[in-house]
Amino acid sequence: MNKWLTPRSTLGLVLVAAALIVLPFVVGMGGQAWVRILNFAILYAFLALGLNIVVGFAGLLDLGYVAFYAVGAYTWALLASPHFGLHLPFWAILPIGAVFACIAGALLGAPTLKLRGDYLAIVTLGFGEIVRIFMNNLNAPVNITNGAQGITLIDPVVVGQFKFSATSTIFGLTVTGPQKYYYLLVLLALGVILVNYRLQHSRIGRAWQAIREDEIAAKAIGINTRNVKLLAFAMGASFGGIAGGIFAAMQGFVSPESFSLIESIMILAMVVLGGMGHIPGVILGAVLLAILPEALRYAVVPVQKALFGEVLADPESLRMLVFGLALVLVMRFRPAGLWPSPERRRELAEKTQ
Amino acid sequence: MSGNGNNGKGPLLIAEGLRVAYGGIQAVRGITFHVDEGETVALIGANGAGKTSTLRALARMLDPAGGSVRYQGREISALPPHRLVHEGIALVPEGRGVFPRLTIAENLAMGAFSRSDKAGIAHDLDHVYGLFPRLREREKQLAGTLSGGEQQMLAIGRALMSRPKLLLLDEPSMGLAPIMVQKIFEVIRTVAAEGMTILLVEQNAKLALETAQRGYVMESGGITLTAEAAALLHDPKVREAYLGE
Repeated sequence: MNKWLTPRSTLGLVLVAAALIVLPFVVGMGGQAWVRILNFAILYAFLALGLNIVVGFAGLLDLGYVAFYAVGAYTWALLASPHFGLHLPFWAILPIGAVFACIAGALLGAPTLKLRGDYLAIVTLGFGEIVRIFMNNLNAPVNITNGAQGITLIDPVVVGQFKFSATSTIFGLTVTGPQKYYYLLVLLALGVILVNYRLQHSRIGRAWQAIREDEIAAKAIGINTRNVKLLAFAMGASFGGIAGGIFAAMQGFVSPESFSLIESIMILAMVVLGGMGHIPGVILGAVLLAILPEALRYAVVPVQKALFGEVLADPESLRMLVFGLALVLVMRFRPAGLWPSPERRRELAEKTQ
Repeated sequence: MSGNGNNGKGPLLIAEGLRVAYGGIQAVRGITFHVDEGETVALIGANGAGKTSTLRALARMLDPAGGSVRYQGREISALPPHRLVHEGIALVPEGRGVFPRLTIAENLAMGAFSRSDKAGIAHDLDHVYGLFPRLREREKQLAGTLSGGEQQMLAIGRALMSRPKLLLLDEPSMGLAPIMVQKIFEVIRTVAAEGMTILLVEQNAKLALETAQRGYVMESGGITLTAEAAALLHDPKVREAYLGE
């Protein structure tokens, strides 16, 4: 413990904490839209850390992670909206969403235990699509999900009388809805970071590491590979479910469109780009990939106007082009990710000796 | 070739009518054999004779199609592989199967995954490093960057870290330079001399029979011959078929 709480690291922690506290107000000066973007960056960091358990720690390539996000979002939407007339409190829905997502994770994990690499990726990809298509079509004969129209008027997070969606004044300070969600998201993100760290250095973390390296050898040293893999799927999925719930509450609206394949790929790209299995790297990857496209969206039009005097390319398509180029460059020059774990760095160094 | 086998302790492992099938094809056709406590037994035969399948079925890396396996008097053919490690059966898989992106030290620590006795683990680690001084020298090196022979040493060392009673070795000489093969077998003999029970599957019949006390010869899924290793070494049929004479 003393190794951690040196005067220097304490100072660092205090500075980081202070920065995290004032950040939404600094960003809010540029407009609440930026606070929302910041919130999504943290939500994606949360999701990426959940996926990191499956992909980074256990080495199971999951291309359908967004399915668990969808399960969590729809759980919240159905249990806290006029759709069924249910308005359960957040402390009940979030765990229910996590449990549903966890069950979905085990359901996906069980039939894929013997699959590896590409084959696993194909099945998980299919699973993600199945969930989305279900959400799209579960409006007949009994209307459960309201189909493609989605569910509206979803309850925000409410603690007692404290509503996260509305602006209120606390100690003379005006705090907007997005800013309140920011603090909630930061708290949740700290939770998932802590869980990630604890898992990584636990017995289970070492078992995942062994499976990632060589599954037969993992069996041969006495690891119950079946249970340990299922656990990775279930744990990763639970975090996806929690993120989904917060997403539904924050947006007030969910529809199957939000849970397309590109979302899964985006979250996976965050994990890979940041540095698979390395917690700070994954956070960096998520924050960058969530903010960069938005920043580009704002930059593309003014830059073109300044250069050519008119808008030549549609911001949306150019944004994806620049984004794609950035991905290619990172993979070319930093194949282990922007901020890889020391082990990965060590491995690459030895290979290029 | 003294060893301390055949000391009358009785069988540690008995397989009866063991069968392995891949789809409709029988790879192992109901073989019966045993390994006595403290003994080194070699299972030799040509490529595709069913040796590796037999070993994998024992370690439950694949499901046997039939037959029984008794270990310390208990039926174990229904136990999952991770339970077998707790029971004291350790497999060194064919092609070594080290964890390539972990260091030697981390690989060895993984070998003790099924244990929690810290003092015992530290003692065994020292013992493994004693057997393979080369591993100690390169403790911090990634396993994936080691030579084939060093990886084989590591794989054996890692198996020993689970403190097994029965060591299953699958083709330890495969793909190694002759000098490395000699070194590996020296260590196998040392481990055997310390009292370990070993079942050795090997294509290099000469080396295997020089190391073991007894041998079984496998041919297209069945055992065709069994005798003392020394007798097999001088058996004209074995010499012709497997020793290239």
